[in-house]
Amino acid sequence: MSSSKKIRVLVAKPGLDGHDRGAKIVARALRDAGMEVIYTGLRQTPEMVVSAALDEGVHCIGLSILSGAHNALFPKIMELLKEEGADDILVVGGGIIPEDDIPDLKKAGIAAIFGPGTPLDEIIEYIKANVKL
Amino acid sequence: MSVADLVKGVLNGKRRDLARLISLIEDEDSDALEALSHLYKHTGKAHIIGVTGPPGSGKSSLVTKLTAEFRKRENTIGIVCVDPSSPFTGGALLGDRIRMQEHSLDKEVYVRSMGTRGHLGGLARATSGAVRAIDAFGKDIIFVETVGAGQSEVEVIDIAHTVIVTDVPGSGDDIQAIKAGIMEIADIFVVNKMDLDGSDKKVTEINAMLDIDPRAKAWRPPVLLTNSRTGDGVPELADTILEHLKFLKDSGQLQEKGLKRSRDELQELMRYKLTRELCQKLEGQPEYEAAIKKIASRKEDPYSVAERLIAEFLFSESR
Repeated sequence: MSSSKKIRVLVAKPGLDGHDRGAKIVARALRDAGMEVIYTGLRQTPEMVVSAALDEGVHCIGLSILSGAHNALFPKIMELLKEEGADDILVVGGGIIPEDDIPDLKKAGIAAIFGPGTPLDEIIEYIKANVKL
Repeated sequence: MSVADLVKGVLNGKRRDLARLISLIEDEDSDALEALSHLYKHTGKAHIIGVTGPPGSGKSSLVTKLTAEFRKRENTIGIVCVDPSSPFTGGALLGDRIRMQEHSLDKEVYVRSMGTRGHLGGLARATSGAVRAIDAFGKDIIFVETVGAGQSEVEVIDIAHTVIVTDVPGSGDDIQAIKAGIMEIADIFVVNKMDLDGSDKKVTEINAMLDIDPRAKAWRPPVLLTNSRTGDGVPELADTILEHLKFLKDSGQLQEKGLKRSRDELQELMRYKLTRELCQKLEGQPEYEAAIKKIASRKEDPYSVAERLIAEFLFSESR
């Protein structure tokens, strides 16, 4: 029985690029949608992302990446989550990710990819509809 | 997951179970209270250190540096950092972790961010329960970082053994230092960002305030200078924290604090439970709704109605 479940989201920037404008805008939008957003800052390794997500008990992880290393880093994060038995956490991604790469990322377990220009409401609605509380 | 498994997981050092329990506490799930009541006998071992001070005074960075210092001394660490929730949407941006990256892969450091969810006083309603869960989990030292505090967010004294109040140079004149509230709760003052102009003046102002404190004190709060970027002053701060704990033990104050805390907590729990049961019982009852309308139209006053309802409730419960 619970009275007031709140969606908790980790917004993380894996990899080495420093372009965090998008991540911050999304973090702010999710906050304004009533979620609790944990922002971890730049240059996260997959291990750091997963460890933070577990400690914080989040329901969703939002990954932002603009360096082009998504094909390596995103699947690695999914793999680590699986090892921890935490693959019930909804993982979504965003940033500069070519269309061609999306099918493989989804196969690896990334639920959705939101590219540049995605309306913020679309991200919010997607998380609300798909997160497992 | 059953409560028994959750309790077992926390006692066996499973971080994910600790995280799960803290989420249940935050969501005010009834399982959380059951788990905490099983865990209670395993708590009371950790040294709980509150860190409070205005926004941007370097609390998170200081906690990070102190964590590094205590890790060198082989202590295990838990950190609960509280940030404000929006009064409009209930959402929150919890950003204290950003400064704590250097410990993110250290298995002996557990960090948890928390939104206030409408609770005033500088902490979240769930903070005390979360600290207790981390205590049972077995961490030696637990830092509780409050929201960026103004002048009266002083609730951290209710759960911490040692309270550190941080300030920075140039933050108001000597009158700020003699106001009531946050300046009275420190066991240790830290003037952070000591490399900035005016840090010595700040130390003098705080000391001048302490000189005229009428409460005769066996422990005069030391005023220390730190730089939480470089770590200057942090080993001395860690020593002072341990000295304070020793003082609490030797003077018997640790025991006194424990008693006071137990009394306050029991009262608070009873108050919360009674109020909730009373309200649940009354909510939607025709007489209750009628009384509310009468109060709004000034036919009755809320003071007497409250007295009457409580008296009726207590009477009905006692039968």
